[in-house]
Amino acid sequence: MVDVLPAPAPASGGTSPLYGEPPLIEVQGLTIAYDGQPALRDISLDIFRHEIFGIIGPANSGKTSFLRALNRMDGFNPGMEVRGSIRLNGKDINAWRNVYALRSRIGVVFPLPVGLPLTVYDNVAFSPRLRGIRKKAELDEVVERCLTRAALWDEVKDRLDSLGSLLSGGQQQRLTIARALSQEPELLLLDEFSIAVDPVTTMRIEDVLRELRSELTIVLVTNLVQQARRLADRTAFFLMGEMVEIGVTEDLFEGKVGDERTTGYIEGRYG
Amino acid sequence: MDRRDLAWYVDRAAQALVFVGGISAIIFILGIFVFVTKEGLDFVLGPLDLGEFFTSIAWRPTSNNPTYGALALMVGTASVTGFAMLFSVPLSLGAALYIGEFATGKTREALKILVEMLAAIPSVVWGFVGMSIMNPLIIETFDVPVGLGVLNAGLILGLMAAPIMTTIAEDALKAVPDTYREAAEALGATRWEVILKVVIPASKNGLLAAVLLGVGRGFGETMAVLMASGHAINLPTSPFDSVRALTATIAAELGDTVYGSNHYGALFTLGIFLFLVTFIINLTADVVVRGIRKK
Repeated sequence: MVDVLPAPAPASGGTSPLYGEPPLIEVQGLTIAYDGQPALRDISLDIFRHEIFGIIGPANSGKTSFLRALNRMDGFNPGMEVRGSIRLNGKDINAWRNVYALRSRIGVVFPLPVGLPLTVYDNVAFSPRLRGIRKKAELDEVVERCLTRAALWDEVKDRLDSLGSLLSGGQQQRLTIARALSQEPELLLLDEFSIAVDPVTTMRIEDVLRELRSELTIVLVTNLVQQARRLADRTAFFLMGEMVEIGVTEDLFEGKVGDERTTGYIEGRYG
Repeated sequence: MDRRDLAWYVDRAAQALVFVGGISAIIFILGIFVFVTKEGLDFVLGPLDLGEFFTSIAWRPTSNNPTYGALALMVGTASVTGFAMLFSVPLSLGAALYIGEFATGKTREALKILVEMLAAIPSVVWGFVGMSIMNPLIIETFDVPVGLGVLNAGLILGLMAAPIMTTIAEDALKAVPDTYREAAEALGATRWEVILKVVIPASKNGLLAAVLLGVGRGFGETMAVLMASGHAINLPTSPFDSVRALTATIAAELGDTVYGSNHYGALFTLGIFLFLVTFIINLTADVVVRGIRKK
């Protein structure tokens, strides 16, 4: 599998991805199985700093498994078996002796918003507190900054003490984004974040992601091909556990593909 | 066609049936309260000296000059239950956390089954264990003359209450959605931090209910306490002292009393007292749990 390196002009504004530099993530021969049933077969790809990397594909094509492997969430699922190598900043993630420290550098946004059963404030302050930040003023500053970045501050600033789970679906999803940002991650993983979010909020979050690209690297798994087109610099197409295609997003949408199935999926002939 | 068919009548009948089932709890609890009160009320309003009942330790219902001081019995029940909880609550919550959060697969299933089997052991068997195993063990280990007392009964009661507390607490932990755990772990929290900061706060109502059920279990237990506590009227000053519980007193003496006698009435007064205390514990628990829920 050859990585297609794009011509300059990124799909969306802001900083350009750093294609010339060593990649943030290098995946080599990644194979994932659940109780012996393969979910992802022999994936190799690189993800570069300040890139929004899109992954599209129908259900059960292994997109979520890929994200879980990046975050080493396989420990959570006893039946999940991961082979191959994933390197973050050149270091194999399985060589990390403290998996919790690894995870704290990677922000994750799940398909359905998970407001922890805590107040809005405590949701966002959770990760800073884990890092040992105790001072109220410092926490206040982090909470406000992250909620502002996630385009939620104005809506919740008067009810930081109410339960996060009482917010609307779209607000909760932005809360989870704020929470992920509070980790000050270098990598943000988003798994079909717009499933439970209305279109207006989706567009607001997409704007947020575009801005965030100057600070971090984003892997965006989405079931909406148009979302990948709007956001991703490069896109990979996963189908039934295989990576069928990887390339500059615009190229894929303009029909410059190596496999006809890609065009078929993008044009909605199957899903 | 507007006609009441079989399904309509079945629906009505089913509703009536479950209604009876639903209110039967109220009927039974009222019935028991009325019965216990009726049997004890004549004595409470008549010969009973309330001051003596609550402050004296002289429980001599069969003496020529009978006295009915129940303080030692109350202290006996409280000390045994308290001691049991002291050792059983951490044990049970620990067991629930291990089964619910850490154990997987066969270990988990085996532990669950074993804990539930523990709950099925009859109380008289526990009492037997207290008398014939714990008693000599305590005498030997601590070099005391008698091994039947607060320590023995407390340990036995704690072991008896542990399965129900463990099971209810584990259910409460399981009711916390896995998505919370995943989200917290994705934030870089360790397993222990997830448990401490997310799982326990989210399940505190259930955990509290588990503990209170355990207290209720200990408070009401009779046979095992009767056998393991030494059944001696005494204000305990050390864990090795023998005590006598309210429940054990009723069980041991009721058979020997004459229906309607003062002794009979006095035992029912103990029953009223037990009933009220249990009622207050449950009511407090309910209020506390509701308070937490509202917050």
